Formats: sequence, structure tokens, C-alpha cells
Amino acid sequence: MSTKPRIRLPDNARIGEVIEIKTLIAHPMESGNRRGNDGSLIPRLLLHTFTAKFADREVFRATLHTGTAANPFISFFIKVPGPGEFEFTWIEDGGAQVVERQALKVT
Amino acid sequence: MSDRRSFIMGLSAMAAWTSCVRPVGAQGVPRDIQAVVKALIGGATPVEGRISLDLPEIAENGNTIPYTVRVESPMTEAEYVKAVHLLAPANPHPQISSFFFTPQSGKATVASRMRLAQTQDVLVYAEISDGTLYTTKRSIKVTVGGCGG
Repeated sequence: MSTKPRIRLPDNARIGEVIEIKTLIAHPMESGNRRGNDGSLIPRLLLHTFTAKFADREVFRATLHTGTAANPFISFFIKVPGPGEFEFTWIEDGGAQVVERQALKVT
Repeated sequence: MSDRRSFIMGLSAMAAWTSCVRPVGAQGVPRDIQAVVKALIGGATPVEGRISLDLPEIAENGNTIPYTVRVESPMTEAEYVKAVHLLAPANPHPQISSFFFTPQSGKATVASRMRLAQTQDVLVYAEISDGTLYTTKRSIKVTVGGCGG
């Protein structure tokens, strides 16, 4: 799991504004129901949790299951409390993590 | 006469049998999914409303189906949407995703992409901070199922 996730934030935001955050990460989201070419089951491998923190405070969380498509895309909103940095974390089955930080410009 | 009577009795017996093999609970939710719902939101009965689920009517490809869920809420400390759960009862594993909001979320709207094995009703449940529960469902036709196997 080494691909860099893609994150889209507005270029700048005002305090109190509700902004949309779009995230996308490359991942097969193996359901554990698929069979490989040799007929054996491909083991389940999901990104099971996504969290978004702003200024060290959790603002949004998602738990993803086999019904979530590969390369999970998640769009959500936050109300800007002030300047700060986002920390986005994806957790894979087995505990591997991808962490991405991005500052929000507040005017 | 007796032929016709036994035919009619046969029909009603068959009707009884079909209703046995497809047990359907309170709101038309299949019974095997009810345990999953109960584990997510507890035993209380949700009411219809406040949720809108945008989903295509027909999906050519069940592997990646875009959706947007919106729940009406002021999203204040006093009243906000705590969680939204999406379920696909006819998938091999019914859970799609759960989203957890805070008053800082501003609005309880989320978009993502789901995977569906076949044509079915997608169920959504929303938990409000005051403990009330809402639900809605949307039917979707899937031409080629996702999920593999």
C-alpha cells in the first residue's frame, strides 16, 4: 500500500463556511468472494476505516465494507472552525495505514 | 369438483409455503438482514423520512455505482446526525459502509461508490444525536453484478 491518495480541498475558506472535501485512494478492496485464475479464493483485503481529523480533532469517520467499490472515493463536508491542518487516515485489514496531511488556507 | 377443490387447496398451500421461505419483517425488510440492522442501530424501530439517497435507477456495472446520501439536520451540538449506515441485503455481505458525523461536519451529506451483486433495494439508516432513527430505501436494477465469485 504505497500509492498516494488524492485529496481535493478548496483553495481557501472562510471561518464558518461549510466546505466539501473529496478523497480518493487506489486500493483493490478485495471482498474475499473473488476467485483467482487458479480457482482459489483471493483473501479479503479492505481498507476498513477512514478518518478525517482537523486540528487534531476527529470530524468525520467512515467504516467501509465489502459493498464499497475498489479505489474508494469519499466526499464529505466540514464547517471550518479556523485555520488548521487536516489529517486523513486509511486503515487496511492487518493494520497498515496511509496518512496524509494537508493544511487548509483560511481567509 | 373434488379435483377443483384439491387444486385450490394446493394453491393456498403453495402460497403459505412461499410466504414461509421468504420471511419478511415489519417494513418489508428481509429477516436475515434484521440481525445486521439490530447490531448497527439497536432494536428500536426507525421511521421513514429525512434521508435522501441519490442512486442511479439502472447500473450497467455493479462494480462501481456512485451514490450520495443526505440527511436533513441542523448539525448543531443540540441536534446532529451521528451515523448513517448503508446496506445491500442481496450482496454476499450486506454492509456497504457506515459514516459517522460530528456537529463540526456542517451538513450530513456524503458521497461514495458502492458495489452490488444484483438488482435489489438499498437500505439506509440514520441515527440522530437525540436517539431517533430514520430509514429509507431505493431500488436499483443491476445489469452485471459486482462482487465476483
